[in-house]
Amino acid sequence: MSLRGILGKIGLALAVFIIVSPAILFFLWMASLSVKFEVDNAAYPPVFIPEHFAWKNYADVVASNRFLTYFRNSLIVTGAATGLAMLVGVPAGYGIARMAAHKSAVVILIARITPGLSYLIPLFLLFQWLGLLGTLVPQIIIHLVVTVPIVIWIMIGYFETTPIELEEAAVIDGATSWQVFRHVALPVAKPGLAVSFILAVIFSWNNFVFGIVLAGRETRTLPVAVYNMISFDQLSWGPLAAAALIVTFPVLLLTMFAQRQIVAGLTAGAVKGG
Amino acid sequence: MSTLSEAASASAQDEPAPGRAWRPPSYWPFVLPALVVVLAIIIFPWLFTIWMSLNEWKVGSPITFVGFSNYLRMPTDPRFIEAVGHTLLYTVLSVLLPLIFGTFAAVVFHARFPFRGVLRAIFIMPMMATPVAIALVWTMMFHPQLGVLNYLLSLFGLPPQLWVFHPATVIPSLVLVETWQWTPLVMLIVLGGIAAIPTEPYESAQIDGAGMWQMFRFITLPLIMPFIFIAAMIRSIDAIKSFDIIFAITQGGPGSASETINLYLYSVAFVYYDLGYGSAIAVIFFALIVAMAALLLYVRKRTLWTEIGSGA
Repeated sequence: MSLRGILGKIGLALAVFIIVSPAILFFLWMASLSVKFEVDNAAYPPVFIPEHFAWKNYADVVASNRFLTYFRNSLIVTGAATGLAMLVGVPAGYGIARMAAHKSAVVILIARITPGLSYLIPLFLLFQWLGLLGTLVPQIIIHLVVTVPIVIWIMIGYFETTPIELEEAAVIDGATSWQVFRHVALPVAKPGLAVSFILAVIFSWNNFVFGIVLAGRETRTLPVAVYNMISFDQLSWGPLAAAALIVTFPVLLLTMFAQRQIVAGLTAGAVKGG
Repeated sequence: MSTLSEAASASAQDEPAPGRAWRPPSYWPFVLPALVVVLAIIIFPWLFTIWMSLNEWKVGSPITFVGFSNYLRMPTDPRFIEAVGHTLLYTVLSVLLPLIFGTFAAVVFHARFPFRGVLRAIFIMPMMATPVAIALVWTMMFHPQLGVLNYLLSLFGLPPQLWVFHPATVIPSLVLVETWQWTPLVMLIVLGGIAAIPTEPYESAQIDGAGMWQMFRFITLPLIMPFIFIAAMIRSIDAIKSFDIIFAITQGGPGSASETINLYLYSVAFVYYDLGYGSAIAVIFFALIVAMAALLLYVRKRTLWTEIGSGA
């Protein structure tokens, strides 16, 4: 290899190191904070790898602060909001793609650029009148603001690229339009289902703004619960960092193993809720 | 539309010709459930917000129609004016910095190197991670005495900073978090653009003896401009309504030094429970975002792209 080639390789390695290290260092530091006792977290110069690991930070988080309730709340809200969004959004994406009703996508666009807080004011009043505050229902409904546009948007893209000839053949063979959708169009669009499901789960799981207004003491989701820990435990960083890591760990894991789907979805519409 | 095509295909069925038996079914039943949901959670809130913005509407007091007075309050509300300034500064910085770093990262990730897939997954983690969780860790890192950032500064012989705890540095510090978080999105969009560039221009440029920088400046950059523009568009819309990071780290403070329109909207509506004024701010805020997006689109149309670039 020529000298120029070697220099190029070194330059590339250096560039890769520079752009990836902010992310790596941040998450390593997050992990480090979460396994240190207060002595080590307050040390100067900072301790990166402690002599004694404070695994009890994690045990404390899981045992205290109704963590399991909040975890369950998060599961229910994200599960229901994603499930409902798939139920109505996938057929809608199919219908819009087949009708070539591109103008209807404007509504999705409006949803995309509206600040999440704008939905909160009217829906907050509505839920109050309906007496739903204090249950998980308001949060499930308002999370649909995030999940439904994601699913519709991504599914339109997938159904537009699937061939229509198969569907035509099925109709000629006497299939109803529901059968065509269920047995011909849907199987072909499976990758799209995965992409929209994963993104809807992540953006619903991460959502914070809806919860701080709508959640009561018993109905907090994990991001809201973690935020509320800040004021109580300002000085004990270890359990706080452990809680933060527990909340975001499922998402990091998904990012690692479903990277291809996430990248496909984000570059298709660059959807982000909230 | 559907009746027209149904009529057309019905007449086609009278004289069956091979391959003409395809009659497009009605797709409305597929769209209907989603339409109901969208009407209920997106359209209805919007109409209701506009109606509320015309009323004096405070929780616990009677509702009175006041016309446009909520809107007229904004130009004379110093806190709102200040919030607009903060939002502008925050948005401009949070668009430009991720665009620069994201484009650089895209060029790097376009090259082939070992562990590229894993490293790319790690690189996009900041934008997928739960914003509140990362905001919490950044808050600890910003701590003036115990934070790791001041320690890092001291390694380079730089003086310690107050970061988010001082009015003068709070917005740049928050922009640092926002840039760290959203550079990956710009990278992904621009990387899609770079991947679409054919290799021929580079080959002939190399024969002509062009260097790396020249190839980037005169081949890559013009061709990926449309993608950078899309990234700028998306980034602007997200940055202007950024909430989680600012709220979790500073709540708009110290004082109101990092209070953007979105943060102020939250305070008005859910701290002071002034829902009428809050709704008016929501309407104006939305109008601002639409105007910004329209302006960017206009600039995009006025700019002439190269032949291949216009394909985006």
